[in-house]
Parts: sequence; C-alpha cells; structure tokens
Amino acid sequence: MWIDKIFTNESKGVTPMDRTVLDVETTETDFDPGFLEGVLAETGTSTAALIPILQAIQGKYRHLSQEAIHHVASALRLSTATVYGVATFYAQFSLEPKGKYVIKVCDGTACHVRGSIPVYDALRKRVNLQDGRSTTDNRMYTVETVACLGACVLAPVITINDQVYGHVTPDAVNIIIDTLEQEGAQHD
Amino acid sequence: MGWLLVNGMSVALNGEKSLLEVVRNAGVDLPTLCYHPELSLHGACRLCMVEVEGRGVVAACHTPPESGMVVNTNSAVLRRLRKIALELLLSRHDRECTSCLRSGHCSLQDLSNRFGVSDLRFKQERSEHLPIDRSSILVRDPNKCILCGECVRMCGEIQGIGVYGFAHRGAKMQVTTAFQQDLANTDCVHCGQCAAICPTGALTIKPQVDQAWRALNDPTKTVVFQVAPAVRVSLGEEFGMTPGESTMGQLISALRTLGADKVFDTAFAADLTVLEETEEFLERVSSGERLPQFTSCCPAWVKYAEQFYPEFLPHLSSCRSPQQMMGSLIKKFYAKRLEKGPEDIYMISVMPCTAKKFEASREEFTTDGVPDVDLVLTTQELARMIKEAGIDYVNLPETPPDRPFGFVTGAGVIFGVTGGVSEAVLRLGYERITQSELEDVVFEDVRGYSGMRKWEVDLGGQSLTLGVVHGLANAKAVLDDLKAGKVHFDLIEVMACPGGCIGGAGQPISNVSRKVRQERGAGLYHDDVVTAVHKSQQNPDVLEIYEEWLTAPGSHTAHEALHTTYRERGSLWNGRAGVGSKA
Repeated sequence: MWIDKIFTNESKGVTPMDRTVLDVETTETDFDPGFLEGVLAETGTSTAALIPILQAIQGKYRHLSQEAIHHVASALRLSTATVYGVATFYAQFSLEPKGKYVIKVCDGTACHVRGSIPVYDALRKRVNLQDGRSTTDNRMYTVETVACLGACVLAPVITINDQVYGHVTPDAVNIIIDTLEQEGAQHD
Repeated sequence: MGWLLVNGMSVALNGEKSLLEVVRNAGVDLPTLCYHPELSLHGACRLCMVEVEGRGVVAACHTPPESGMVVNTNSAVLRRLRKIALELLLSRHDRECTSCLRSGHCSLQDLSNRFGVSDLRFKQERSEHLPIDRSSILVRDPNKCILCGECVRMCGEIQGIGVYGFAHRGAKMQVTTAFQQDLANTDCVHCGQCAAICPTGALTIKPQVDQAWRALNDPTKTVVFQVAPAVRVSLGEEFGMTPGESTMGQLISALRTLGADKVFDTAFAADLTVLEETEEFLERVSSGERLPQFTSCCPAWVKYAEQFYPEFLPHLSSCRSPQQMMGSLIKKFYAKRLEKGPEDIYMISVMPCTAKKFEASREEFTTDGVPDVDLVLTTQELARMIKEAGIDYVNLPETPPDRPFGFVTGAGVIFGVTGGVSEAVLRLGYERITQSELEDVVFEDVRGYSGMRKWEVDLGGQSLTLGVVHGLANAKAVLDDLKAGKVHFDLIEVMACPGGCIGGAGQPISNVSRKVRQERGAGLYHDDVVTAVHKSQQNPDVLEIYEEWLTAPGSHTAHEALHTTYRERGSLWNGRAGVGSKA
C-alpha cells in the first residue's frame, strides 16, 4: 500500500497534494445489460462468478440497482432473492448509489483509541450528513466506517476512494475536503 | 455396514446419511428446528447436538455416522447447550402464543414445553417490531422468524422458484424476499408450502373463517359447500384420528351442523374434468397438435407456467380445475334450478390448498361481477370452525352429500393424489381408444411417490407416453428437457405440492411428513376401492348434466362453462427470475 498523504499532528494544514482530483466516472443511473454481457464474457456464468460480477457492476455504477440484481440472477440462473442476499451480506456492495468520493473511516481498535470517531463526526458534519444517512444528497460524498484498514501505524486513518490519509484529525478533515472541492472546481 | 453406540445401546448402521437419522431410528427424538429429510442440510439451529467420544460436541445432522462411534445424546453439557440455544432463539421471537395461528402446532412452542423453559434468562432482543406482510394469501410475520431457512429451501429446492432468501448479516440477518418486496409482488405461486414447513408462526395462511361465518349467518344467502377429495382423508387428523382415515360422512354432517344449505363433492366435478380433459386429449392425439397436453387442475402449477414457461401455455388443458367447474355448475346451472340468481348463492370450497384461494379470485372465474366460487377455506380453517362450534367430529353420524353433484366415482376421488388425474383419464381413454371395456381399473404404474414418473402405455396398438410430476422443481426439469427436445411425452400431469393435493399447504400441519402424505394417499385409493363406480364415464349424474345442459364433452356450452384461458404473466421484472435450481 502506498501512502499519498500523511497528516501528522505536528503538521496540521500541510497538504502535500501531488495528484489531481480522483478519476471517478460520472454517475451512470441506467443499467446497461450490454455491460453485464461484457462482464459475463470474462467471468462465465458459474455461481462462483457471482461476487466478481457484482463487484464489476458496483465499480461502474457505484451501486447495485434492482434491475442489475435481476439481470445477474437471470444470467446465473439463481433466484433474485439469492443474489439480493449476497448483495446485502457484503459491506462492499451497496443498493443505494454511493457518492463520488467514498470516505472510509477506519474504526479498528488502534484508530478508535487514537480518535477515529471525532474524525468521523467531523466528516459527517463537514459534508452535512444527517439522520444516519451515509451519502450526501448531491451524491458527492459517502462516509462510512470500516473495521480495519490494516494501517494501524497511521492511526487514525481514512481512505478516500483509493487514497490513504494517515494521522487525521478533525481539523485536517476540513483541509482535506477543502482541497477536494478546490480541485473539483479546477477540474470543472 | 457396522455398528455404533447410542447412549450405551448398540445400533446397526443401515446406510443412514447422518448421525441424526441413526439416533432417531434408535428411538431418541433429537430436537431439530432446521432439519427436514426432504431438503438440503442447513445446520443452523444447533439443537441436534450430540457428544461423540473423542470428538466432543457435534451437530448430528451434519455428522456422517461411522462404525464404532460412541454417541451420547443426553449429557449435562448437551442439555445445557440445547437449552441455551433454545432460549437464544426465543429471545428473538415474538412470543404472543395465545393470538398466534400456529399455536398448538408450533415446533418452537413444543420444544419450549419439552425443555421446561419457564424463565427466560435473555431479554427480548428485538426492539422494533418489523412490519407484517399481509399482501398475499399468506401472512409473513418476520418477528416470529427463527432463521431456520426451511421456507428458503422449500421454495428453492422443491418448488424451483426461490421467493425467499437470507439477506443482511449477523444480528441483522433476515429471511426475506428480494428487495424486501411484499409477497404479492414476487414470483410466489401461492402453493403455501413455505407456510406448511415453517416451524413457527412466521408464515401462516391468512384466515378467512370470519367470511364463512358471515355467509352462514346471512339468511338471504343459500350457502353451498364443495369439498375436495384430499380433505376427507386429512381433516380427521385435527381431531386425533389417523391420517388417511376417510371421514367424508362426518365432514358433511359437520358442514350441515355449521349451517350449510347444500354440500357437494368436488370429486363430482373431477369426473366432469375427466370427460372434458380426455375428450380434449384424444382430439390432440388424433391431430398431433399441442402435445404433450399438461393437466390444469393445480392453480399453483398454472401460475408457474404463466410466469416462467408461457411458451407451453397452449399445451395446458383448457379445462377449468374441478373447483372452478363446480363453481360454474352451481352459479350458472344449479342456481336456475333453485330459481335463484347467482348472487343469492354463496359458494364455499373446502380445499387442501392455498393456491385455490388465488384461483377463485382470478377474473377468468368471475361472471358479471359474481365470482363462481365466493370463498375458499382450507382444511385447517374448516377444522377451526368445527372446533369453534364445539362439534364432536369423531362421533358425528355419517350423512351423504346432496344430489345431483354429490354422486362421485373412484376416479374423481383419486384426483387428490399424485398420479390420480392421469389414472382417471386413462380409465376413460383406454375405453375410448380401444373401444372395449376396461376390466381392471387399477393402473399400478401411475401410482407412487417418486417426483417424476414416466410410463408408456399401449392402448390397442397406440403407444402413449405419460408423465407424472409433483413438486414444481421436477416440473421445471421436465419442461427444460422438453424445450431441449430431449424427451417426448403425450400427457403430463403436474401437481405443485409433494404428493399432490393430499400434501397441500391447507392440510393439517403434519403434511410435511412423507409418511403422513402416503397414508392420506392410501386413504384415497381405499375410497376408490369401496366406491361403487370407478369410471367417471359411468357417473349417472354427470351424464345427466350433459343431457340436460352441456350436451356433450367439448361442446360449445361445455366450453363456455367448463373451460378457460391462460395469460402470460411477466415474472418479477418481466424476465425469468425464479429459477432456483442453484438457490
């Protein structure tokens, strides 16, 4: 795992941004069965291919729509309820569209004791998430906790899409989001 | 095969697949909540735990028996573990037993009694009450679900549909439909087998007893009952009688005591079905068109075909089911005889079946806004009415049904068991094709309980291939083979429920046992033997109806009154979702 950004307690405000805004595809809402056919050509239609297929759809559409789940069930000759069960079992799948930036706040033991919950709360406050929802109305941000990212030395640690941020503080959260938004504005 | 020791007693192994079977065969009734011999193993309830020397505590359902095993089923450790497992299940369970329809037939309640659970150490875990789904003929109450998964496997493995699945994880796990849809919005065919196998009250049949009482208490209505063949050999079970004991005489007396004006026998309409369906079949055989012909008596099968195999709909017999033929006869013919309008007559069917409730509500079976069958009660519901009225069912005198739709032949009676429709059709088809009298009416080869039976019959030089399937997953296998051109059939009988109507979900709860189903089947075959007439074509009252009203089998009038049409239904998402062969 490579580490892009490290916020240390001593260096609050330092934003060594060396990459431009994350390359995320624009939201696609309508499920395209042709896309599934392409995936199936790679994975085959055995039951064992179910999770890779769902991952591919989740990757492209940022969620698994009812239509997508139905199409997968038909293709694999599984019942829709079975595929729905798999889709709801794993945290990596989402039935609701996720935000452009998926922010995972590690809440493993090390991160927890080093203050991950204040970071999480600060994130939710900053992007204005309420009532237990995890994705903002404009589908820019999804904020969720994960059990352990395996980078305890950087605790508390968060990831935004594929980038890792270590030693995050509630103050640093604002800087990170500011930067994302500035870059987003430049990008547009 | 070897021996093993169960509680110090030596037990011979006879090819049992699991230690659970060995222990139960040895006379120890190990408790289970998620095990059923006709379904795949699940191993979730952990109540069948036993101690095996050298291995410790194992789940007996998942442990293959080995020669030389020393098994203890009743140690202090096991009793403690089992009780904890049971109490944990109870901590997630809505324990409103007094208002639960399943009370008295609930496995969880039975086990609580057996284990002497009097004081729950674990607090009720569920804080929120999950919504109860009453959208369908079944009621699904997730607050009573113990996650045994029997409905999931029944629907997926036996019926090949897969309406239910496990969703979410850990403490949030639920048995539910895809996307938590109401049952009415799923591919459910209303066979009700999920409710029959559910060990608790999480899945029950929506009661309609109140509607029956209302009609019986309404002086402006003439209440006419019809009773399906399979009900007579199972209703007695609710009153402590043995399965298969035919109690049609008591049943009719009970209905009259409840206030029925007329009581008819659906087996009469089954005789009518035989005449119509055989006529249709012989026409197709001579023209070679639309073969194989599928039977259409089973409404769950009809809905299944409409959803998943619409290309075979022209192959379904156009005959209405016996229930709907009777409804049509009563409302269109008998009402006139009574000088009444169809709306003055309230037709109640007593059926072993939950899908019959759906069938009666189909718009094809409503004429000018008046349904041919107003209400369908299951065997269970009638038993409840008899109990509510305080009738001593066992000691009731026997009375015969009313005429003209009360005279039945043995052919009509065996409609209630898998293979019965085929055999009844053969008893007429043989005579029609060979132009000679059938001496021995028993077609032994059609009988039996294997899920798929294929049989070639030679009728005066004409060879016909017959198929009998029960369980929709078996039907699905045959349909796929037919589509692939791998098999050839002329006539295929399909019944959705294991064993046929005798195993219907409206029957007393014990119908999930293969042994009980077979005893009921034997009861119907016995009724056939003791009935004076064995061939539908010799039913004098049926012949009279043709003379007076229908003219001849397959005539225009008969088609209007006794036949129907089918429609393609998109399954969920207008696709072919429910194919649970791998579910």
